[in-house]
Amino acid sequence: MRRLAANQAVQEAKTAVEDQTPSQKNWLSAALQTLQEPSKNIWYAVRIPLIAIILALLVGAVILALSGADPIVAYQALFRGAFGSARYIQRTLEKATPLIFAGLAVAFGFKAGIFNIGAQGQLLMGALTAGFVGFAVKGLPPAIHIPLALVSGAVAGALFGAIPGALRAYSGAHEVITTIMLNYVAINITDYLSDGPLKDTSPGNIVARLPLIEPSAKIPLLGPVPVGFIIALVVAGLIAYVLERTTFGFEINSVGLNPHASTYAGMKTKLLIVSALVVSGLLAGVGGAVETQGVVGRFQPGFNTGLGFDGLTVALLGRNNPFGVILAALLLGAMRGGANLMQFDAKVSANIIDVIQGLMLLFVTADVLIRTVFRLRKDKTSEISLTTSWGGK
Amino acid sequence: MSAITQTAENNNRGKNKNWGTWGLAALITAVIIFAYFQNPNVTEAVLAATVRYSIPLILGALCGIYCERAGIVNVGIEGQMLMAAFLAYMVNVWTGNLLLALIVGVLTGAVIGLFLAFLSVSVKLNQIIGGTVINILATGITGFFYVVGSTTQGKLGPIVLGPLASLPIIGRALFSNAPITYMAFILVAVSQVVFFHTRWGLRTRAVGEHPRAADTLGINVFRTRYVSTIIGGALAGLAGAFLTLEGVGSFERGMTNGRGFIALAVMIFGKWNPIGAMLAALLFGFANALQTQLQFMGVNVAHQFIGMIPYVLTIVVVSGFIGRSRPPAAEGTPYEKE
Repeated sequence: MRRLAANQAVQEAKTAVEDQTPSQKNWLSAALQTLQEPSKNIWYAVRIPLIAIILALLVGAVILALSGADPIVAYQALFRGAFGSARYIQRTLEKATPLIFAGLAVAFGFKAGIFNIGAQGQLLMGALTAGFVGFAVKGLPPAIHIPLALVSGAVAGALFGAIPGALRAYSGAHEVITTIMLNYVAINITDYLSDGPLKDTSPGNIVARLPLIEPSAKIPLLGPVPVGFIIALVVAGLIAYVLERTTFGFEINSVGLNPHASTYAGMKTKLLIVSALVVSGLLAGVGGAVETQGVVGRFQPGFNTGLGFDGLTVALLGRNNPFGVILAALLLGAMRGGANLMQFDAKVSANIIDVIQGLMLLFVTADVLIRTVFRLRKDKTSEISLTTSWGGK
Repeated sequence: MSAITQTAENNNRGKNKNWGTWGLAALITAVIIFAYFQNPNVTEAVLAATVRYSIPLILGALCGIYCERAGIVNVGIEGQMLMAAFLAYMVNVWTGNLLLALIVGVLTGAVIGLFLAFLSVSVKLNQIIGGTVINILATGITGFFYVVGSTTQGKLGPIVLGPLASLPIIGRALFSNAPITYMAFILVAVSQVVFFHTRWGLRTRAVGEHPRAADTLGINVFRTRYVSTIIGGALAGLAGAFLTLEGVGSFERGMTNGRGFIALAVMIFGKWNPIGAMLAALLFGFANALQTQLQFMGVNVAHQFIGMIPYVLTIVVVSGFIGRSRPPAAEGTPYEKE
């Protein structure tokens, strides 16, 4: 039944697409095609992740029960904390927003065969720069100030991503080493600036942090929906378009699949590797900027910890597909958002979220396990291109 | 097999041409000797801190070498270390038996290694994902079950190796350490011999370079990969046990603090060779010890800049001195029997 309904939905969406003007049609059908291309059927695309999520929650429940908590009470609190009211939904979306950007950043790297562990550092640089532009530039209308801060965050992230990109392309230093190291460099830079030259000097403040950003730089809400989340959706669509429908996207994909063949085919492989990391860093940087301008309201060290690494999970859970990234980020955002209430109501440590998140990732990617148990046929969605080695073969 | 000869050539080329590395080693030695004549106590303290800091990196990098030489990428070293550190600590809290705690730590690492081998060899899961899963689960499980406020009766104490320990400059740093530190250095030597001078090592490297050829010659690729990954896991477990039983003496959430990832960098830095990795780890440890010491002496630079030194140094060295380092050829790809 569900398969039928899903099929019908796709058909209806297709007809709707055909009614659009040509330019809209192009974009929408590209999006739709990405959604259904590998399998021709939405149910085929979502059944493995769905089973994986349910399995992960079940194993999580066993661990909760073992530790003496009531899993049902805990999960109810988790769900209410994520979706129970407009305020909670807003928090879920707020949590999901930087995860979409970080997930897109990592996924874009993967497409080019680059393992960007440095999303964390690029995100920090973006968050810091947006925080600086947010408070240091005064007297601008929001229509200019908001995008200005966002763009400067993006540029900072892109520049910070360009470093490992250039090193990889022109000196052969592997991006896994350089991005790990640059993460620590970013932590030190941001710590220094927020405890030194840019420190919040308001009376009584002893914490290392930047001053509050101007109200004109703050990203507003649309009802319960943070505008940052809408920007994230648009950017995800844009990335899907770039990857699926442009020459640049094609070249990125082919460098990821086989850099030697791409060089042989006349592509500028080195430049493509640099630009892949620049785009990746740019996305992470915007993620940090949105977090600063939309949620925290200033840059403060320690407020963005782990987002970059969660981005890795999001990219893998979302199977490296921009729309998958959105869904995965929403799921993780809901769990991270709901965790507060769960901790408060059910007295359960929020670390259980990490356990469930790890299990989801395991079950969704090790889909052979699920296929064997549930006797499902193999489909092409299980094949994702990732970097396979440090060597960048 | 040509791939293997090629590796040997690469290694030899590295040895002959790597003036940068030799220059750096000579420079550091000169600085240490100079510093020793200026202030022997501080110099010895810095060297001891260097060793202390590098031990988990050495063991973690050895873990990586065992896995990757057999063709398994292990990005889960961080998680293996963290879980082992946690369980070794808990056993120490419950029983107070340090030997038992050490064994549990090593076994924890080995079991996670078995899990990684199962995922990568049998399930044919992408190995980077497998490692990431291990990292996330380890963070979650240790964070979930750790209760603040538990105490232990003690940690592994130093064994002073008689007159060796009173040698100038290196005596205190090398010959008055606790057991795991000695074990780490012995394991480096043993691994170097095992990998490059035994049949087992040659076979393991063959599996990492060209599993099809190895298979044709009758080497059991699957078993080799399982065994190597489990040994690697045990080494990462030892690194974790070092943190809670010897280095710090207690556990805290996320205490590995990226050491597993730095161990990966150290492994690549050391070109997948045990001794190379050890030297890289010592260099990293030295930069860190120096940083702490400069901070302690109140050098008038913001401490964050000094804190950056080891990381920037690694980037500079990796991009300048080493250039393109080449991993085992078949790494990261599951082997399919025909």
